[in-house]
Amino acid sequence: MNYPENYRYTKEHEWVGLADGIATIGITFHAQEELGDIVYVDLPKAGTSVEKGKTFGSVESVKAVSDIYAPVSGEVTEANELLAAKPEKLNEDPHSSAWLIKVRVSNAEEFSNLMPASEYQIYVGAES
Amino acid sequence: MSENQPLSRTPLNEIHRASGARMVDFGGWDMPVQYTGIVDEHNTVRNAVGLFDVSHMGEIEIRGPEALRLVDHVSTNAASRLKTGQAHYSGLLYEHGGFVDDILVHKVADDSYFLCVNASNQDKDFEHIRSHNHFDCEVDFASPRYAQLAIQGPKALEVARQLTSADLSAIRYYWFVDGEFAGVPARIARTGYTGEDGFEVYVAPEFAAKVWNAILAAGAEFGIKPCGLGARNTLRLESAMSLYGHEIGASITPFDAGLGWIVKMDKGDFVGRDALAKQREKGLTRALAGFEMRERGIARDGYEVFIGGEAAGWVTSGSPAPTLCKNIGLCLIPADRAKVGEKIAILIRNQTVEAEIVPTPFYKR
Repeated sequence: MNYPENYRYTKEHEWVGLADGIATIGITFHAQEELGDIVYVDLPKAGTSVEKGKTFGSVESVKAVSDIYAPVSGEVTEANELLAAKPEKLNEDPHSSAWLIKVRVSNAEEFSNLMPASEYQIYVGAES
Repeated sequence: MSENQPLSRTPLNEIHRASGARMVDFGGWDMPVQYTGIVDEHNTVRNAVGLFDVSHMGEIEIRGPEALRLVDHVSTNAASRLKTGQAHYSGLLYEHGGFVDDILVHKVADDSYFLCVNASNQDKDFEHIRSHNHFDCEVDFASPRYAQLAIQGPKALEVARQLTSADLSAIRYYWFVDGEFAGVPARIARTGYTGEDGFEVYVAPEFAAKVWNAILAAGAEFGIKPCGLGARNTLRLESAMSLYGHEIGASITPFDAGLGWIVKMDKGDFVGRDALAKQREKGLTRALAGFEMRERGIARDGYEVFIGGEAAGWVTSGSPAPTLCKNIGLCLIPADRAKVGEKIAILIRNQTVEAEIVPTPFYKR
């Protein structure tokens, strides 16, 4: 699997893209594959504060529910409405149209401290 | 289960791994949870035909002049009413009325009964039955001699009939026949755990791979797919079939679980009968009921159920139902609230979400 080079990654299998102080957060291809058929996504509303390392939502597959952890701190500016109607998009397009939330980051350093794609690739390779 | 104990494997383990199945630890067994995806496999079984490896299930054989007396003594259903070649669903109970396990009893001959039991309970079941064997018969732990494959779905008959000379269309639901299947000796039962028509085929482990491949080849024209335990669970839940450790267990009686129909109080004494008689006399306090979520959210096993703001029970099994496109579940709640139309709430991650009691089974073919 190709993990976009411009994203950063967490050990909990989230990805983050950063542009103009807004972080776009999603779950990785590996994460959706592990989860299986995704049927429900629970996300915070715009205006909610999220804190790095704390859970901000959940993704449910037929089999189980998984918490999603914030890879960076900040304020939610948008939750992806597509996923309320079409949670299965997370299986189809996890790195692009099926992003979860956008966050105005309070500390850009949190982003730079995450794993780059090359490192994440090795991490998931080693885990599986 | 000790952490250090290696997982048990069925004779098809290498085939599952080679074909890319996702494997999980299922009660100490290394089993495929899914191949192509739970929803896809679920729909394949509802619309066409799927193949499951259920070789982890246990088998116990009871043979001898008083085999029937032992079976009737340890199980709740009336084995005396079985005809040769017939099977039924039954319960093994403790003296206090809770389940040791739920089982299938097959009558092979007047002096021979074949029990199919849950994988993770098989040792316990064997010890339990043996401890009650004061009869002229032997209890044989037969699991190592059997692999079990389940062919399930509306096309199951068309697939299975290609592999045997036995007249499968003449075998009614919950009957079985011993014969040749895919060129090897087999017990072919018209049973299943999906709510669809189908067959469960018991063969010697050394033939399991051969039979597995033969079924997939025979089913190719119908779009047969190998299926994992994930789909098996959603299929059985839509059909409101009980799963040990969820709807039934040591602290749950057949009456609690809505399984009064497998208890034949009039057949004479059996293990657990006194406790059940007392429970019946006092009246039921709780009952198993099916529900549908009325708000967004998925109930999961073990979630708390609230009625009128009070904690009232728990979800025994909960899941999205792929055929129904609804989120459903079974729950154990006070008997007087287990009525269709009753509004309940499920505590999902610290939020109560509305649900409603509905008739079961959720799905009927």
